[in-house]
Order: sequence, then structure tokens, then C-alpha cells
Amino acid sequence: MANNEDALLKEVTGKEYKYGFTTNIQSDKAPLGLNEDIIRFISAKKSEPEWMLDFRLESYRRWLEMKEPEWAHVKYPKPDFQNIYYYSAPQQKKKLGSLDEVDPELLDTFKKLGISVDEQKRLTGVAIDFVMDSVSVATSFKEKLGELGIIFCSFSEAVQKYPELVRKYMGTVVPKNDNFYAALNSAVFTDGSFAYIPKGVRCPMELSTYFRINEAQTGQFERTLVIADQGSYVSYLEGCTAPMRDENQLHAAVVELIALDDAEIKYSTVQNWYPGNAEGKGGVFNFVTKRGLCETNAKISWTQVETGSAVTWKYPSCILKGDNSIGEFYSVAVTNNHQQADTGTKMIHIGKNTKSTIISKGISAGQSNNSYRGLVKINKSATNARNFSQCDSLLMGDRCGAHTFPYIEVGNSSAKVEHEATTSKIGEDQIFYCLQRGISEEKAISLIVNGYCKDVLNKLPMEFAVEAQKLLDISLEGSVG
Amino acid sequence: MLSIKNLHAEVEGKKILNGLNLEIKSGEVHAIMGPNGSGKSTLAAVLAGNDAFDVTEGSVTFKGQDLFEMEPDARSHAGVFLAFQYPVEIPGVSNINFLKAAINERREALGLERMAAKEFLAMVREKAKLVELDNKLTNRSVNEGFSGGEKKRNEIFQMAMLEPTLAILDETDSGLDIDALRIVANGVNQLRSADRSFIVVTHYQRLLDYIIPDFVHVLFNGQIVKTGGKDLALELEEKGYDWIKKEQNEIPA
Repeated sequence: MANNEDALLKEVTGKEYKYGFTTNIQSDKAPLGLNEDIIRFISAKKSEPEWMLDFRLESYRRWLEMKEPEWAHVKYPKPDFQNIYYYSAPQQKKKLGSLDEVDPELLDTFKKLGISVDEQKRLTGVAIDFVMDSVSVATSFKEKLGELGIIFCSFSEAVQKYPELVRKYMGTVVPKNDNFYAALNSAVFTDGSFAYIPKGVRCPMELSTYFRINEAQTGQFERTLVIADQGSYVSYLEGCTAPMRDENQLHAAVVELIALDDAEIKYSTVQNWYPGNAEGKGGVFNFVTKRGLCETNAKISWTQVETGSAVTWKYPSCILKGDNSIGEFYSVAVTNNHQQADTGTKMIHIGKNTKSTIISKGISAGQSNNSYRGLVKINKSATNARNFSQCDSLLMGDRCGAHTFPYIEVGNSSAKVEHEATTSKIGEDQIFYCLQRGISEEKAISLIVNGYCKDVLNKLPMEFAVEAQKLLDISLEGSVG
Repeated sequence: MLSIKNLHAEVEGKKILNGLNLEIKSGEVHAIMGPNGSGKSTLAAVLAGNDAFDVTEGSVTFKGQDLFEMEPDARSHAGVFLAFQYPVEIPGVSNINFLKAAINERREALGLERMAAKEFLAMVREKAKLVELDNKLTNRSVNEGFSGGEKKRNEIFQMAMLEPTLAILDETDSGLDIDALRIVANGVNQLRSADRSFIVVTHYQRLLDYIIPDFVHVLFNGQIVKTGGKDLALELEEKGYDWIKKEQNEIPA
């Protein structure tokens, strides 16, 4: 109904709507709610070219026709889409005088994660009274990238500076009508990251969002696009172990990866979303669409260690379009207290001789629910495809749940698909064995959990791996029972 | 150094230990023998602090401290070691990492510095030789895929690494063939010293041919009913546990 009304309104007001809308463009915030007006406002605020506005509007119109999906094994209060501010200017975070003004619990977490005092200040917005090394590091980092022709900037900047690239690839891996949240994101995304690696270039360092996000808060609807041109290589790090405090509950990001012929993209995520209070109220809903497209001989691997969000719904996937392409998915998903996760991956085999590997480690504690949902699809055209999947669940205590929903669709008889699944519990006798050797219960759980996740942690770039281990320890604190 | 007085313990409401008394001095090796169900493994578990067992009465003093006031890991730091009858597997955790964590937690608890990696690895090589445990096994996950004999040897290897003052061997000989038995016993014998005491829990006299005890106690219905020297074990082997049962009037003479 709303759609018809909007269409009618547009018809009546025609061009006028594009250039002069009712909201004051000078204001920092768009009014509450979502309609075409708001979208035009966002686009105008960012001085976007016409094709980008059209992309947004088309996405919005598709979104209106879509229904919120309900098949996931998670329960949550439905977000009120009209009760969100879809645009607010990047504000300067209120500067605090010192770390004394910061929530002591937050500081405690930082300490446990081994985050330096300087870094703590940066993350909490405490005024820094001397020039941090990281500022100069970021500068020389950008210089080096520039020399090699590597582009790494915000998405908004890319739309302005490299429109042909953005226009060519955006929406090709995750079409605007792919799913409800992708459509919403395509309409109202605010910012994100853009990276382009030129032909044959091996990016000499990990691209980390750390260097891109300065004072800006994490956007709700982030859009990331990484393009690795023929024969190139990039390792991209997303997230940080510091708890991401966010007033916004809903996080619906879209990440598109494109690996052209002979290219490789390694995408690692270590994220610790703020889980809300002890009852889990106010925690983040993490609904992300992440997908990569592999051309001939290309490779994309997703590695993620995620914890904290109240509800997690994501399936980083690979479309193995090119012959001999490889897709990999390594994941540790931890749920504790009242958290819920329905997460997994989709490997779509289209080209010949394609290979995919899935290693998923779920850890449930408290009263949480952790589901793995995976799809291995071998198309008729995918001759000689290979897949190996291993989905393990570790239960801690007897009030949590672990579920597995593997889907295997094979349309070519030359395929080899292997699937293994285990469910285990940290046994009391294992804990006692450790205790008898003088290892505290906390340390015992840490050892056992890290041993369990070893296969995944080994795939992370080293600095991230160390942080990830500490993150696992913290997420499972107090989970023994 | 260990004084057990009137120990009563039960599991799930069932009484197992019914007033056990035992005194152990430094450097002594005490064998505990007895028929099935007499409480031998329960004694080991209670000393180690397994909370599946409830202590209903009695006291245990270890080096002057009240053992029951200490958590299992604290008891370990104080010098108590239990070689489990059925060592558990811990997949994903290598033997090396496990021992490193154990050693360093002990050092931390005792206010000492953590052991340097080089020193640690040298110690591993040295102690592994005691029970002929080769490199491959030390690098594997704790007990994962180990044969019965390898698991028992791993227990003694860990004991050698942790250097306890009270070592409790819970039926270490069960499931071992004669060669494995010899290796395990040899390892234990090499660890005997004036500062270390052993409680060797066993069914069969055979182990005591290799690990010669100073005292042999017979456990029956949760109490020590007979104490003797190493010859008592031979007498038991000859006469069987029925002899004890008769003496205790459990069976008509």
C-alpha cells in the first residue's frame, strides 16, 4: 500500500521531489523513519551521483515488497523500521577528560584483552594529550599503499573518487533484492570500506578497518566492497576485540568481495559486540550479508571469530564461478547467557574443479542457542567439485543448545562432498584432570576451548589470533556450571 | 607428612569409607590393597579433591595443613599428584602446552618465576626418557589416541614433570602388559626419594614385585583392617581376599 502511495506522490510531484524536499538539508539528522524522502536526503547529504540515488531508490522499492524472513532459529523482538534515524552526520564523539570517566566494567574488559592505555583512550574518546604513534603509522601506511596503486578508503570517498569501479561492481555479488536486510542496506547504507588491489599486486600489509575508522561511530548499515584484480592478493581485517558499544541495536551490513582471475582475498573478522546487560537486553542484532565471487583460479577465504551480539544471523558465502576456484570458511561462533546465533555459510559450486572447505566451531554456554546452517550447492555445470565440511558443537553446561542444519544439494555426479559433525561437552572429568594438575578451572576451560578452536584460530593473521584467544577466554567467563 | 584420621566418605549417599586411618612419613611407599568395592579408588579421589565424593567425617592433614580446606588445584600446588586409573583425553590441548600451563600455575602460586621455554623443553626430554615416551607422543593432544599403556606412562611422565611430594597411583597397573608394567614401575622407582611419599593403590601383588613397598595395608569395607610389610602382599596373593573376609567375619570360617 505504502508503495503505491509513494509512487503516486512521485508521479504527481515529479522532478520537484528530487531537488527540493521537505527536510532541511542543513540539519544533522534526518527525521525519524524511512521513506523515499529520507533516502534522497541521505544521498544529497553525501553528494552522491544520480546512479547511486537510483540504486538506493530501487532497493528501497524492492524492500517494501519483501517480507522479513522468519526461518532462522532465533527469536527476537522485530525491529521497528520506522523508529530508526537513517542518517546522522558523523559527530565528534564527546571528549572525556580521562579514563576515570569511562565505565569501569568496560575498562576491565580492555585490560583483560591486553589493550594498551593509549588504545583505551582512543576507543572511549578520551582526549589524547600527545601525538600517538598510531597517527603517524596510519600516515606512512597510506603512503605505502598509494605507491602500489592500492586504493583503501571509505565507501563514501570511493563513490566520489572512483565511481566507475564502484558502479561496476557494487551489487553484483549481493544484488539489491537478495534478501530483506540486504535490500534495506542497499537503500540506506551510510558508509563502509572500499578496497581495490591492482593487477598482480600483493598487498604488503593487512588492510585493517582500524586505520579507516577515526572518530566516526560504527554505522548501522555499513557497506564494504573489496575488489582484487587479476593475480592480486589482499588480507583484510575487520573488527576489533574491544567491545563495540553501540546505541543502535540493528546492524545490517553488506560485504561484497570480488576476486578476479588468479586473485586471492583473505577476509578475517574478529568482533566482540556489546552483549547488553546481564539479561542480554540492549544487545546488538547482527544481521549481515557477506558474499564473495571467485573467477578462474581465484580464492576467497572467510575467517571469523565472533561473539557478543544478542542475535547473530550471517552466512559469509562464496560463489565459485570460475574454474579451479576455491572457497573457504573458518568460523568460531560463541554464544553465552541469552545470546542466539544462526550462522553458517553457503558454497555455490558453478565452475569446474572447484573446491570448498568449511570448518565451523560453535560454542554454546549459559542458556544460549547456537545453530549452524550451511549450504553446499553443486550445480550441474560444476564438474569434479570437492567439498569438505566439519561442523562441531561444544556445549558448556546443560542449559544451552546447539543445532545443525546442513543442506547439501548435488547436481553433478562427479562431485565429492564430505560432511562431518561432532557434538561434545566439556566434561567434568576433563576439568578435574586439569585441576588435579594444578590448572585452575578458568585456565582449564581456556585451554580446552582454545584447543577446540585451534583449526580456526590458526587461519587468522597472527595479531588477530592472539586477540581472538583472549576474546574467547572473556566470552566464556563464568560459563562453568 | 600425611595424616588421615577417621575418614568417612560417601558417593550419592552410599557409604564407602568408614573410618579410615593412615599415617605416612616422608619417603615412604605405602601400598593399599583390597577387594573390589573396598574403597581404594575412593580414597585416592577424596585425597585429590574430587567433589563427586562427600566427606562426612574425619580429617586429613598434609604437611601440617588441613587438606580439605584446599581446592583441588591448590592441593596440586602443595604437592599432591594423582595418577588416574582412567586418564581422560583432552583433544586439541597438547601434552606440552598442558604441562607448561600446570608447571607455570604452580610456580605462580608459589611466588616463583615462570619456567623459561628452553629449560622446560630440556626437562621434557629428560623426564620423557624415564618412561620411554617418545617425542611424537609428547607433542600429541593429552592422551588422545594413546593406548592403555601409553596413557599410564603419560601419567608417570607428568608426575616426573610436576615433582610432587605425595604421589597417589590409582591402579596404575590395571590394563598393562608385563613390558609396560616394567617401564612404569621403573619410572616410579627412579622418582623415589626421601622427600617423596607414594600411595600405591592396587589389586594385584604383581606391581609390588617391582615397586617394593615399605608398608602394605588391606582395605576392606572402607577401613584398613590389616597392615604389614611387603610380605603381607605375598600372603594375600597366596590366600586371596577371602582370607581377609573370613578374618573380618564376613564369611563363615
